[in-house]
Amino acid sequence: MIKHLRSAADLDADTATLILDTAGEMAALAGREVKKLPTLRGRTVVNLFYEDSTRTRISFEAAAKRLSADVINFSAKGSSVSKGESLKDTALTLQAMGADAVVIRHPASGAPHRLSSWVEGSVINAGDGTHEHPTQALLDAYTMRSSLGKIQGLRVAIVGDVLHSRVARSNVLLLTTLGAEITLVGPPTLIPVDIAAALSPATKVSYDLDSVLPVMDVVMMLRVQTERMQDSYFPSAREYSRRYGLDVPRMRKLPEHAIVMHPGPMNRGMEIAPEVADSSRSTIVEQVANGVSARMAVLYLLLGGKA
Amino acid sequence: MAYPKADSRKSTGPGKIVLSEADLHRVVDRIAHQILEKTSGATGTVLLGIPTRGVPLARRLAARIHAFEGIDVPVGALDITLYRDDLRLHATRALGKTELPGDGIDGRRVILVDDVLFSGRTVRAALDAISDVGRPSSVQLAVLVDRGHRELPIRADYVGKNIPTALTESVRVSLAETDGGGDEVRLTGGEPS
Amino acid sequence: MTAYAIKGVSVLGAAPADLVIRDGVIATGGKADEVIDGAGLIALPGLVDLHTHLREPGREDAETVETGSRAAALGGYTAVFAMANTSPVADTAGVVEQVWRLGREAGLVDVLPIGAVTVGLAGKQLAELGAMATSAANVRIFSDDGHCVADPRLMRRALEYVKAFDGIIAQHAEEPRLTEGAQMHEGEVSTRLGLTGWPAVAEEAIIARDVLLAEHVGSRLHVCHVSTAGSVEVLRQAKARGVRVTAEVTPHHLLLTDELAASYDPVFKVNPPLRTAKDVTALRQALIDGVIDIVATDHAPHAVEDKECEWAYARPGMVGLETALPVVLSVLGEQWDLIAERMSRAPARIAGLAGHGTDLAVGTPANLTLVDPSARRVVDPSALASRSRNTPYAGTTLPGRIVATFLRGEPTVLDGKAVK
Repeated sequence: MIKHLRSAADLDADTATLILDTAGEMAALAGREVKKLPTLRGRTVVNLFYEDSTRTRISFEAAAKRLSADVINFSAKGSSVSKGESLKDTALTLQAMGADAVVIRHPASGAPHRLSSWVEGSVINAGDGTHEHPTQALLDAYTMRSSLGKIQGLRVAIVGDVLHSRVARSNVLLLTTLGAEITLVGPPTLIPVDIAAALSPATKVSYDLDSVLPVMDVVMMLRVQTERMQDSYFPSAREYSRRYGLDVPRMRKLPEHAIVMHPGPMNRGMEIAPEVADSSRSTIVEQVANGVSARMAVLYLLLGGKA
Repeated sequence: MAYPKADSRKSTGPGKIVLSEADLHRVVDRIAHQILEKTSGATGTVLLGIPTRGVPLARRLAARIHAFEGIDVPVGALDITLYRDDLRLHATRALGKTELPGDGIDGRRVILVDDVLFSGRTVRAALDAISDVGRPSSVQLAVLVDRGHRELPIRADYVGKNIPTALTESVRVSLAETDGGGDEVRLTGGEPS
Repeated sequence: MTAYAIKGVSVLGAAPADLVIRDGVIATGGKADEVIDGAGLIALPGLVDLHTHLREPGREDAETVETGSRAAALGGYTAVFAMANTSPVADTAGVVEQVWRLGREAGLVDVLPIGAVTVGLAGKQLAELGAMATSAANVRIFSDDGHCVADPRLMRRALEYVKAFDGIIAQHAEEPRLTEGAQMHEGEVSTRLGLTGWPAVAEEAIIARDVLLAEHVGSRLHVCHVSTAGSVEVLRQAKARGVRVTAEVTPHHLLLTDELAASYDPVFKVNPPLRTAKDVTALRQALIDGVIDIVATDHAPHAVEDKECEWAYARPGMVGLETALPVVLSVLGEQWDLIAERMSRAPARIAGLAGHGTDLAVGTPANLTLVDPSARRVVDPSALASRSRNTPYAGTTLPGRIVATFLRGEPTVLDGKAVK
């Protein structure tokens, strides 16, 4: 079993499927009165969040607690970190506390890799810079499998700011491993020219959202920051949303069974129309719930066996 | 101490057969009758098989109970992997499926079903799992084979066959549903399992 | 002064002979006070580095002129040119004279300060280049290295201005508007690793502009740390047209690629960044052809806290004085005349530095280094003489060992150890 989950590329098809199957069993827990399993009793999971993210942190916290692990939350604000303590020194403190796993969210790509050279426990990447967000990809894959019954052969469009999106990178890697076909859609300024060579050769690229929609099983919309306009990635929010926003007319072009996904938080009106976000095709709320199950599966797989 | 292993094995192989296919079917029939007798008709009863082989056994028992007296006993599966006490001694294990019958287990008589009773740790884990899932009125245990060497104060209410074994021996249960081929129970000696 | 006889040494790969050092010059015959066994050793003219960061004044925690000089001598260098991005910046006669004096006090290598092109390296206003040229430091090379002189008008003025005292502008070619927030080479690896890319065109566009400017105003131009195959092509065409441009390449750009960033270990973070295997191949060939004139180390020491951190927060740069010759030896093989040309003679010529980069003939100043080419050593960061440890070769085995270095006839390194 792998020791760290720093990149979706750490997972081969068998391990990824195992995580999804395990998540399915963990999901059943949510229906019980006693939402607790003794499996990770006595283990310590540290949430090391250098970026504000209440939603992801709570998701990991719930996941760890449901498995009876002890959870320690370490957020950057108001801690020694904000006083300039280095990641290495923080890591050594966690090591001294006996952390079995550290869940890290950090604005610098590669921070989980650096961290794993300073702690002995498992390192779980909860989002590092613009690099990856592997548990997001896992909960997205789980959502797709639950809604559509499979992942192999699914046609998935990932739309938006691929260049800056850690969610996109992890999803391309994981979904390709599981046999889906990915098409990345967005303006040329936001899709690196060598993205296929960098992540997965079979990945397709399109600059025309309308032509792609009629054949997709899944459309995943990425958050696009309006501030990117300042760096001339696109001329205006209006033009972006006209060319690449998923509005109601575009949603109608999708096949009957297709689902709409979004990792959140959404820019309603920018990349996704409110009516689409709230429609029955949208799995956005379900994705959040699936996050806890997927993260429970990851924690179990990394910590539930021999160290 | 090992939990009984759930790996697939060939029907022909080393060791000696301690229950042939015909023996196994008779044993299942007898347990079904015993359950009907001891529970006065299996009212308010739920059969929960422990994966892997406890599940098809539980289904067979329900089928035989139905065949004998037309009674439908709900059947479910209860995976106990997450409750084991030896997780850290081995690589992470895959989970089996847990499927509870529609009306749950609260207030019912749960009969746990497993293929082999050995150290008793599987059953201990199953009792913990049950208490997190609901509050049955009572819990009983039915096993195909009791091979001795209990490490906890656990006993079965219904036993197919008592087979005294040495610790170095293995009891191998084969069922058509899980292992392909025919049904049998084999005792292989000497090699550690 | 002690006279040395180096017995049976191979000068630049020639048949073994005896080499005598007396009164600061190469001599013949006569009595020697000390004898060095030169069997199996190669004598090269002392190496000359046109691009070193000695960090003093300002970051003495990373390196001082003295520790950097020691590292240089141990690398076989007899002269180093110290870049101006110190704190305060070397943009006045005062600071360059301070660095020059510190070099003389250390006495391990000739330290020639480089003057900044613009005040504070801000790229807005010319520094007092003339004052620096006529100071005791006698500055001839000017560079804003660390930063690009991006404003074309200012670059033009600088190129014109230094003609008056035969100065040369050394450009750090990086169009800053194309490299904002850049962390590593822009390519497949940066896309995969989620690190902002530094596109090759940001370097090539400035070199192209500057060779045209140099041609237009009739000035000499030197290009620092060339790192891309495209830059090599621009330089090749410019030289073919007769533009007076010279160029340098670092040892690490001859050996390492951007794949090393995959570990996110900032010891591999450098500016310009490590590039692809295609670039490495083109740079090696250019060094052999002479399209790239010299090897320059861009020795860039950094304190531990500036490297043991997240990639994005780390300072770029690698130390290189002590490993330069072994790396070049591993890339070029034992082509001693070529090595002497690229690491000693040509740098001395470009800088107008007399006394260094000679052909080790009788009567020439005894600035030389003795190398054992058959040695193979594992690079150990803790054994470096530099105050800093940021070498990308930790644990790598490299060929060659510098046995001795002489500065105007005085030994600075004997038996592989600094004499002071």
